[in-house]
Amino acid sequence: MTTTTAVRITGLMKSFGDLEVLRGVDLDIGRGSIFALLGSNGAGKTTVVRILSTLLAADAGSAVVNGFDVAAQAADVRESISLTGQFAAVDEILTGRENLVLIAKLRHLEHPGRIADEQLDRFSLREAGSRRVATYSGGMRRRLDIAMSLIGDPPVIFLDEPTTGLDPQARLEVWQSVRELAHGGTTVLLTTQYLDEAEQLADRIAILHEGRILVNGTLAELKALMPPAEVTYVEKQPSLEDIFLAVVGPRAAAGSALNHTAATRSPQTTEV
Amino acid sequence: MNKHNFHDTTALLGRSLRHILRSPDTIITTAITPIAMLLMFVYVFGGAINTGGAKYVDYLLPGILLITVASGVAYTSLRLYNDVSGGIFERFQSMPIARSAILWGHVITSVIANLVSLVLVVLVAVVIGFRSGAGVVAWLEVLGIIVLLTLALTWLAVSAGLAAKSPDGAGAFAYPLLFLPFVSSAFVPTTGMPTAVRWFAEHQPVTSIVNTLRNLYAQQPVGNDVWTALAWCIGLLAVAYALGLRTYRRKLA
Repeated sequence: MTTTTAVRITGLMKSFGDLEVLRGVDLDIGRGSIFALLGSNGAGKTTVVRILSTLLAADAGSAVVNGFDVAAQAADVRESISLTGQFAAVDEILTGRENLVLIAKLRHLEHPGRIADEQLDRFSLREAGSRRVATYSGGMRRRLDIAMSLIGDPPVIFLDEPTTGLDPQARLEVWQSVRELAHGGTTVLLTTQYLDEAEQLADRIAILHEGRILVNGTLAELKALMPPAEVTYVEKQPSLEDIFLAVVGPRAAAGSALNHTAATRSPQTTEV
Repeated sequence: MNKHNFHDTTALLGRSLRHILRSPDTIITTAITPIAMLLMFVYVFGGAINTGGAKYVDYLLPGILLITVASGVAYTSLRLYNDVSGGIFERFQSMPIARSAILWGHVITSVIANLVSLVLVVLVAVVIGFRSGAGVVAWLEVLGIIVLLTLALTWLAVSAGLAAKSPDGAGAFAYPLLFLPFVSSAFVPTTGMPTAVRWFAEHQPVTSIVNTLRNLYAQQPVGNDVWTALAWCIGLLAVAYALGLRTYRRKLA
């Protein structure tokens, strides 16, 4: 492993009973980059993240995070990473600040209170810091979740579907946080099922499908895989919208029959 | 990582104690059912039960204390289930903290919460006439046995909470525990039971524990019951602890 590689996955396999979730995943993630692992539900994204975070043991293959093997040096891996799971893993009964203090204590840092206040400021949660998390909106919760992940500045961060279930505004806030992270030199592995999220954020993108990596590269490289854009002609059937407009439009108002109107408008060709 | 064991346990203990302080209803609910049973047995059934001279509230209290612990540990199970299903358990596990601290934080919280509930129950018993002339040593012995039993049942609760698929399932393991005192010497002397039931009642753990506690605060000799009770508590604790750790490791399959 070179010093420029933060995560190296080789031939990773994992089955749950008869279900083969990962069938040989290979992946390298460069230090300080944002890497998006793209895939539909059930593609195995979360399984990859759970193996990398030492929560799950692989059946075969190896994974090295920050120079440490996830199976043999799990404790060192845990010192190097932070995980933000699919569902905001925050303590609802504690306040936002208490959540941050708890994580700072568990990371064995000095001045946990000061660290918590810094994070509250950084993620615009100062006002809400003394309220119980149960009263937070979805976006605030996720911001707190990410703030908790960043305590102690772990060099590698896993964000498992960080914007699933968030409204557009909250999504933009999370994206902003991720960009700031990468600016600070943190390596980010992001899983998502939203294609635009990967386009917006990632330096490199891999598509995981049925337990295998199908493609892996920069957005430009992935685009180059497709044949050049070409002009095609397709027959356009009338949509419900066309029918609606035809019926309520001026000609319909004048008394034209629906079938007559439709017959004059279809078939039709449209350039796409 | 063991150097952080104490520090991490303290941090997580602080967290779950805050949970209890912010929902004291869990302590009150734990105490309310046993208190209701205490009142019902003393004022409704007690007059018809012949305990051989002892005041019925004095006779009954040990069994009620056991029921308090059994209903209290159901909340420990629920708290663990909530941590697992809410994802915070995985967050802790992916962090560089002592593995055992995640469980011990909950276990110690369980002991503290149960002791508070037990104090409430004993206070009500005192109000309705429970009296004991037992000295400090006897009370400490009572406390020791109850803490041992609470630890044993709490570790059972840990397994149940980690393995549960629903919040209802997390607490369901406690139902048989609530039932056991009824088939023991907790409410009525075993002498009146049919032979087979009596054999079961006299050989299950509740009877020896209840008899020991009763004799301790009645300042009577505890005889062999205390050794049987200790053997049950320590044996159960060992099995429950091993089971709890095994369930915990299987979470990392």
